[in-house]
Amino acid sequence: MKKFLIPLALFFGLVGFLAVGLNRDPHEIPSPLIGKLAPEFALYTLAKDEQKFSPKDMQGKVWMLNVWATWCVACREEHPVLVAFAKDNQVPIVGLSYKEVQPQDEPAGKKFSPEAKLQLARERSAIWLARHGNPYVLSALDLDGRVGIDYGVYGVPETYLIDKSGVIRYKRVGVVTPELLSQTILPLIQKLNAS
Amino acid sequence: MIVELGHFALILAACVALLQGVLPLAGTWGDRQRWQSLARPAATLQFLLIAASFAALANAALTNDFSVKYVANHSNSLLPAAYQLASVWGGHEGSLLLWVLMLAGWTVAVAWFSRSLPQVMVARVIGVLGLISTGFLTFILTTSSPFERLLPAAADGRDLNPLLQDPGLVIHPPMLYMGYVGFSVAFAFAIAAMLSGRLDAAWARWSRPWTVVAWVFMTAGIGLGSWWAYYELGWGGWWFWDPVENASLMPWLFGTALIHALMVTDKRGGFKAWSVLLAIGAFSLSLLGTFLVRSGVLTSVHAFAADPKRGVFVLLFLAVVVGSSLTLFALRAPKATLGGKIGLVSRESMLLINSVLLVVATGAVLLGTVYPLVVDALNLGKLSVGAPYFNTVFVPLMVPVVFLMVPGGIAHWREARWAELSRRLRVPAIGAVLAAGLMPFVMETWSWSGLMGIALATWVVLGLLLQIVDRFQKPGRIPISFWGMHLAHLGIAVVVVGITMVKGYEVERDVRMAKGDTVSIGPYSFELGPVMEVTGPNYKAARAEVKVTKNGSTIEILHPEKRRYFSSAMPMTEAAIDSGLFRDLYVSLGEAIESDPPQWSVRVFYKPFVSWLWAGALLMVLGGILAVCDRRYRKAEK
Repeated sequence: MKKFLIPLALFFGLVGFLAVGLNRDPHEIPSPLIGKLAPEFALYTLAKDEQKFSPKDMQGKVWMLNVWATWCVACREEHPVLVAFAKDNQVPIVGLSYKEVQPQDEPAGKKFSPEAKLQLARERSAIWLARHGNPYVLSALDLDGRVGIDYGVYGVPETYLIDKSGVIRYKRVGVVTPELLSQTILPLIQKLNAS
Repeated sequence: MIVELGHFALILAACVALLQGVLPLAGTWGDRQRWQSLARPAATLQFLLIAASFAALANAALTNDFSVKYVANHSNSLLPAAYQLASVWGGHEGSLLLWVLMLAGWTVAVAWFSRSLPQVMVARVIGVLGLISTGFLTFILTTSSPFERLLPAAADGRDLNPLLQDPGLVIHPPMLYMGYVGFSVAFAFAIAAMLSGRLDAAWARWSRPWTVVAWVFMTAGIGLGSWWAYYELGWGGWWFWDPVENASLMPWLFGTALIHALMVTDKRGGFKAWSVLLAIGAFSLSLLGTFLVRSGVLTSVHAFAADPKRGVFVLLFLAVVVGSSLTLFALRAPKATLGGKIGLVSRESMLLINSVLLVVATGAVLLGTVYPLVVDALNLGKLSVGAPYFNTVFVPLMVPVVFLMVPGGIAHWREARWAELSRRLRVPAIGAVLAAGLMPFVMETWSWSGLMGIALATWVVLGLLLQIVDRFQKPGRIPISFWGMHLAHLGIAVVVVGITMVKGYEVERDVRMAKGDTVSIGPYSFELGPVMEVTGPNYKAARAEVKVTKNGSTIEILHPEKRRYFSSAMPMTEAAIDSGLFRDLYVSLGEAIESDPPQWSVRVFYKPFVSWLWAGALLMVLGGILAVCDRRYRKAEK
């Protein structure tokens, strides 16, 4: 009798692990960038001037980098949360507009020049932010996605928290929720500001 | 309106399934004949209701009814009609509907083809299938209804995932599902046998053809999936040890073990408890596969949306179904009588070793698949288990399995004599050593694993030739199932050759090319011609022209594409393949590199014997079909 119970015992062991696994998010992957210096870049911003933004400009401040795009559906869900959060002035939020102009935007057989891409991205993003609200102090334009590669972006939206010395302290893949802000991000901001 | 009727039909189907699950089973206690006789009509009615429900959803997809949320999410008005139909099972809800449709189909088939079985057995089998169906229908109706409306209706649908827009993917999921669901029949037979209290050999005889049919579908489904991955994903791989692939491989391995164990139970009366356990295991792994795929507990290239509510339901269902059947097993298995005595060297012992090895291999795959989850559950961090683990563990377990196929087929039942067995194995053994010994002379390079693969394949082929020659010397008609078995075993040898040659001798070149550049592999050279913009029904693509020449003469013009579907930002690679019996030439077009003159990243593969992988799977499928066509099964029905 006993040996015939072994399969049952093994099975319930497996079910136990599966049950715990259900409450975990397999997509939540610790970023290797946490604890490392935020990769450098210099990108044009939405503002219509030739000034480029670089993470160095934020030295000495705790700040948030939010990856977004007008074509990103999940960003529409996240956006009101960010707009409300920005009103509290807890932390400056810098936008990183990721691959705003997609290849299918280009007319058949043609490729946009970098200037045309930049112009289109600025126009579209401005309209979108005017409609949905603008939580960003500024928004840098990563048109070819190279900065995204440096930051290991694999989905939009993503959010990074960077400390006074330019070290990435936190990364969120996916939508930032009010709970996440109040339970994880805000305490971390306060800790980082205090240090 | 039709959609609501479909929804209603599904609700009715759930009620009928519940009746089909409860009344016939209840009727087997106290021998209520009338209750038992409800099983067949209930199964037919349930099938008709689910079919109507499925037709309603298919109709919504084909008529572009984007007020149905499911259709709006998975179809598009520009989508070709065949893919609109395929979109019915392109998502979670619809694929579950397909699952229950197939379950109902299998049940009806059992109801029709079991006229010769005792009514009480039929009542139990159909009752168990009805309970399973009730569970799944409840799951669909409570958490995953495909009939939900979207108000206001969407102007157009979001489109079927471009990866799924492929003929291979239209038939791959239904095949695989037929296999998954088909193991429920062997499971129901095993449960029915345990419920009856008489764990004899009869259930094994009845469930053998059903198990083989399910296994045939499963083999075809896995083969198609692998083939699809090969030509569609554009990186030239054919098996990735992805959790979802593993979810289909595990029941297949169990099913293979089950087919062989059932043969022993049927013919020799042995392995009774073992066969029951394998039947429970094969179906449990099918359910587990459904859980892993549908709950989102594991990350996978198949990337289905995670919804914890659904996961909880499937897990509970899994726990109830498997838990209760294993409890029943623990209660009833000790009473199973042992079969005849088995010698240490006999056909039975080798079949037993093989089925144990297959089960251990399944365990190894299961461990690798759920290990990330277990480690995460124990708070030990996040990790993923990749191909190196699976290859290291799986291959050494499969080598003895393939090796034992030959002595297992030749040895006598009950007790085989060492001396005679080793004498008869001399020819395949010498052949295998010779084939392996010739390898280093025929090919420029060689490796131990390559020698092993070739030796094994030769061993199997010579072994089965020997058995065929032997059989001709014996009197009597040769049954079709004999040919079926050897065809399927030949399929294994062919797959072994395919794996060995591809692993050992494939060549990959990852290059940047501008128009006019060439890259060469051995005698073949590939010249990139013009890259043109072409427009499909729902995508735009860059199509390259690649001229393939061998020793200077053109053998093929290939047209790899990089497609961009209007509905999604993700670019899709359409590889171009020149397929041959002994080698495939495979070209896939990567990203455009902005430069002057414009360049493209291009991947070129030379893949020797890769088509043997699918040819082998096809042989196994044909072998399985022949085995089922055997006269004795038809006779048993009359």
